[in-house]
Amino acid sequence: MKLELRNITKRFGTLVANDNISLTLEPGEIHSLLGENGAGKSTLMNVLYGLLQPDSGEILIDGKQVNFASPGEAMTAGIGMVHQHFMLIPVFTVAENVVLGNEPTGKLGLLDLNAARKLVKEISDRFGFDIDPDAKVEDLPVGAQQRVEIIKSLARNAKALVLDEPTAVLTPQETDELMEIMRGLAKSGTSIIFITHKLREVQQVSDRITVIRQGKVVATPSPKATANELATLMVGREVDLETKRKPAKLGEESLVVKDLTVLDDRNQQMVDGVSFSIRNGEVLAIAGVQGNGQTELAEAIVGLRKIHSGSVVVAGNDVTRRTVREALESGLGYVPEDRKKDGLVGEFTIAENLMLDGSFTAPFAKGVQIDFAKRDEIANQLIQEFDIRTPSAETLARQLSGGNQQKVVVARELSRELKVLVASQPTRGVDVGSIEFIHEQIIEARDSGKSVLIISTELDEVLALADRIAVMYRGKIVGIVDAKTSREKLGKMMAGIAA
Amino acid sequence: MSKKKEVVAIPESKVQSVLQEIMSGDPVRIALSILLGFFIGAIFMVVFNTQVVNAWSNFGADPGLAFSSVWWTIQDGYGALFTGSIFDTSAGNFLDGLRPLTETLRFAAPLIMAGLGVALTFRVGLFNIGATGQIMIGLAGATFVSTRLHMPAVIHMIVAVIAAVVAAAVWGMIVGILKARTGANEVIVTIMLNYVATALFTFCLRQPGLLLESNGGGTPKSDHPDPTAMLGSLFGTGFNLHYGVFLAVIAVAFYWWLMERSTFGFRFRMVGHNPSAARAAGIKVENTFVWALALSAGFAGLAAANQGLSLDGGLTTSIEAGIGFDAITVALLGGSRAGGVVMAGLLFGAFEAGSASMQVSGVSPEVLGVVKALIVLFIAAPPIIRAIYKLPKPKPKALEPTKQTAKVSK
Repeated sequence: MKLELRNITKRFGTLVANDNISLTLEPGEIHSLLGENGAGKSTLMNVLYGLLQPDSGEILIDGKQVNFASPGEAMTAGIGMVHQHFMLIPVFTVAENVVLGNEPTGKLGLLDLNAARKLVKEISDRFGFDIDPDAKVEDLPVGAQQRVEIIKSLARNAKALVLDEPTAVLTPQETDELMEIMRGLAKSGTSIIFITHKLREVQQVSDRITVIRQGKVVATPSPKATANELATLMVGREVDLETKRKPAKLGEESLVVKDLTVLDDRNQQMVDGVSFSIRNGEVLAIAGVQGNGQTELAEAIVGLRKIHSGSVVVAGNDVTRRTVREALESGLGYVPEDRKKDGLVGEFTIAENLMLDGSFTAPFAKGVQIDFAKRDEIANQLIQEFDIRTPSAETLARQLSGGNQQKVVVARELSRELKVLVASQPTRGVDVGSIEFIHEQIIEARDSGKSVLIISTELDEVLALADRIAVMYRGKIVGIVDAKTSREKLGKMMAGIAA
Repeated sequence: MSKKKEVVAIPESKVQSVLQEIMSGDPVRIALSILLGFFIGAIFMVVFNTQVVNAWSNFGADPGLAFSSVWWTIQDGYGALFTGSIFDTSAGNFLDGLRPLTETLRFAAPLIMAGLGVALTFRVGLFNIGATGQIMIGLAGATFVSTRLHMPAVIHMIVAVIAAVVAAAVWGMIVGILKARTGANEVIVTIMLNYVATALFTFCLRQPGLLLESNGGGTPKSDHPDPTAMLGSLFGTGFNLHYGVFLAVIAVAFYWWLMERSTFGFRFRMVGHNPSAARAAGIKVENTFVWALALSAGFAGLAAANQGLSLDGGLTTSIEAGIGFDAITVALLGGSRAGGVVMAGLLFGAFEAGSASMQVSGVSPEVLGVVKALIVLFIAAPPIIRAIYKLPKPKPKALEPTKQTAKVSK
């Protein structure tokens, strides 16, 4: 199937999310759509998938114009979409999930599960997916769940697949497997639109690349382009992918975590006997695939989650059974993984967000009153210092872009008197310019003698920041290794294979 | 393993965004809701007026009368509301003409005080339906002090007010503690405690040792409050307005300071908008709930003092007069802001004050009940108002892409 998007324009109010975008997908081709968060990739795909109607432009399949009023129509026409967040029902089996909404029926209109099983088996065998139709989805690893999503599309005869940031949740090994699968699908004639912001993957798998920036197609570079060339096109200016830094000047240990065990809300052991320590002037990065206990580890250190056993010592203060406030006051700074949920109050202004954890004491509080003059002064100063792009300090946090929101969080935490910084996914969903800036700020914190704990699922980020790397798998630390360790080895560790 | 979490994507909560819109108290939408409420109220007046119906059944004979009867009915009805609540045009002199306005203030004061209490919980992200019960308990406290204890004037009154506030606050605190300790839903707890509080107050009114009047019989009724404990009259005979209105002024000033200026208010609002960010910022969210509910009930206690210390007669439970329930409406209508609650309280106070004169003019005062309820209904259903007035949808949430100036961050 040949798919063409011609001159697609989509506006939201005054914002032009897609500006005259054209894109062709040849049969059996892997076409990478590269762009930063907010560049307009998702909008374009939602137009293609019938979730949004374009203001102008047309969609053609094999030269014939089509019009999708809903995802159902797009599916019927042979377009499948694998969303970043899987649309699967955890307690159903693979076969049940695959046929959901399109159930094969036997006598008396009863569900014919055997037909469903056969269908899954057949597709799985054809492409080497290695999926058991009777496995419950919740028991499958994330990579396999993703293959179930792909089977779902193929079962509806998708000829063109859209994969939206499919590698965000995968280990490096699973990512490699996905690339294999994508090549296999392409060979059998299925076309693939691969949406991503990861340059390495684009280079690995693309037949063709389209780079989108601020709603416009800016280039269609050759698949042989270098990572630096691609980054420059994506961001629109020269990008330095390396973070420069001086050798670590180590001081004393300011964060000591010992035999830490943490349970999640369902009493499952999420962190299992984790021990490490970080010295002043050092960055320890915890690598690992999402969901291996990193989130719970960070929350436990800060005091947001109850510690089951073990201890956390911040700058000599045992904060194991202390409140969040006591942990913060003993010199801990915390950049949470989900800034919208834990880091910011969207309905508050930037100035208010910058005093979120400072409302108890000076300079923000004067007795029981807020010192508004001081608050605004500090806000304006931090906006300058941290290059927060905003019309004013009175702008609501939710109106900022992801990168600027994250800068608000980082500015707030780093402006306090810190001994230890815990930053979880510090640049998730952030534009490249802000990533560079935030990384510089983190390195600066390290150079000024703070102990820094970074938790990141992005291997690139781990390698850019870490002095030492601890890899977490199923709640345990597989090993703590030098920052010069190879990607391959780290990848194996992330899959639980000890060094 | 938490991989389970990632299997199902939860669509962005529509409920949440609608709730946010309701609580946001957009002034234009509220004004339009009020207007629409009055409009539909007018339809009620017209349709249920026998003269209008007769005029229309003789439409052929006199079409002019049919139309003018509609006009006059509405004018009489809402005109009576005006003369009953703002200015009495038939009064002998200007000052006497203002008597309806003082009545509006008198009715508005307790609504504003209790409304502020409910508003406070809205801003903390809670839904306190318990003002009724909190007022009952406040009344018990105020009545006990005003009838059983004897003190010099003014001091007696102040002690009685404090008793009402403290009693109500403790009652509200129970809700907070239940919520914080057990995760109980405050809506259910407050509703149920309303029944408990009403029964408890009645029980106290029946006990000779507690609140029952000295030579009382079977009816649950208290003594007259001591004159020393009364909120005195402001303008003397002919006017009912009393010092309770000053309690309301103090309450409004305090509420504004608390929510907009103090660090407590900052934390209240933080918890209301995003409890998990508040927790990460070192705030004990559960404790905040306890304090917020206690403070909220304290405001209801002020309303109770206003009621219990102003009447020159023995109290029964009827003195609560539906204030606790109307307070929810007032808070909602006022967008939970100090100024908004004052305006909403005045509007509802005017309804109370004007309903008598509407009845005199031959319009059923229940029309005002309909208007009140409709206003709330429209406010609680933003899409209805948007559809009727063809308003645009609220602005999209984010200004998505960054202004990418070529500037390289240093």
